[in-house]
Amino acid sequence: MIIDILSWICLLAGGALGIVGGIGIHRFPDFYSRLHAAGITDTLCAMLILLGLGLQAGWSLAAFKLALIFMFLFFTSPTASHALANAAQHSGLQPRLDSDEPEVGS
Amino acid sequence: MIDIVIDVTLLAFLAITAVATLHLTNLFAIVMLFGVFSLLSAGLFVVMDAPDVAFTEAAVGAGISTVLMLATLALVKRPQKPYYAEAPRAHRPWLPLVVVVITGSALVYGTWDIPGFGAPEAPAQTHVARYYIDNALQETGVPNIVTAVLASYRGFDTLGEVVVVYTAGVAVLLLIVGGAQKRRPGPGMRGDQMRPNLILHVIAKFVIPLIILFALYVQFHGDFGPGGGFQAGVIFSAALILYALVFGLDVAEKIIPSRWLHKLAALGVVIYAGVGVVPLLLGGNYLDYTLLGSTQVAGQHLGILLVELGVGITVASVMLILFFAFAGRARK
Repeated sequence: MIIDILSWICLLAGGALGIVGGIGIHRFPDFYSRLHAAGITDTLCAMLILLGLGLQAGWSLAAFKLALIFMFLFFTSPTASHALANAAQHSGLQPRLDSDEPEVGS
Repeated sequence: MIDIVIDVTLLAFLAITAVATLHLTNLFAIVMLFGVFSLLSAGLFVVMDAPDVAFTEAAVGAGISTVLMLATLALVKRPQKPYYAEAPRAHRPWLPLVVVVITGSALVYGTWDIPGFGAPEAPAQTHVARYYIDNALQETGVPNIVTAVLASYRGFDTLGEVVVVYTAGVAVLLLIVGGAQKRRPGPGMRGDQMRPNLILHVIAKFVIPLIILFALYVQFHGDFGPGGGFQAGVIFSAALILYALVFGLDVAEKIIPSRWLHKLAALGVVIYAGVGVVPLLLGGNYLDYTLLGSTQVAGQHLGILLVELGVGITVASVMLILFFAFAGRARK
């Protein structure tokens, strides 16, 4: 019962973070801040959902596989975000700052 | 119930992706949307209980072809601008629209007669499928019916597919790599342009062995679970392509020189066709694996394993040949 509640908390929090990340990608002004939003979806959202699913699965082969996926995402998602930011900076994309454009409508 | 919800969601996303692909002009974004489209299709295949197909779709459609198309974009150097500043207005849109609407409604009308998904009286289930489901395990000893059908019952078709893959690799070599000897090692995609990045190097070194291990698992566990030579070959080549992307093309070509790849691609086809010849010499039919072992099940199992190995070798080498052909040309 407690495990059920915990897993539902994880799943719902993960889903909420996914939605927040999606809104962020849509609304944020420049590449780097969008990457920040995408990074949230990649890491915490996916991991909370995996954790919730793992709690549902209990001690089983499915839980072990979820743990493997968790490990894989744990290493690759931040690396992917880093590679993207690195490539953007390397190709000369400047982050948009407050001082650049004082008038941002709406 | 939940199946229908997932189906409708995935199909809606597919439609949105297709429309977005039509409306975009940035080729990079379109390539990425192609990848998304493939991944969504793979999800649909999983919902339809076809993990083998989903596996192939995810590995080939979302993985390798995205990389190949990006390599092509780097080659043609027109990532941003559309070919026309404004689409030419030479044609009237109404006639094509009428044709498309009529064809589409005819197709939709045709779907009303299609039997339901997985319906037992559907023609697809009443011919040979019933036989495969009843007898595949006894006759081949392979629990994954897809592998049994692909490698044993339909061995000729798969041999043809492997030859097609091989021919594609040869064609790309003929068209693109033509004057390979004249090519000088230039800067291009070497370390000086792509800065050595510690994080990427460490993670790549950590991940690549795992990917190769997974490829071998998919290759040799294909008899028992989803997977097989095609998927394993693509995953294996993906590991080496990742290596080439992170550490540079020249280093990767030192690990697997192109002349090896050319021979390996042919070797896979030779293994497949050779496994077929052995029963011929033993007095049976071509690709009749039963004669390879002491019992029918042992022979079939050995034959399927060897044939899948040939498929894997050819697919992996052809994928790498394609990647090296496109990416190697961009560094001139």
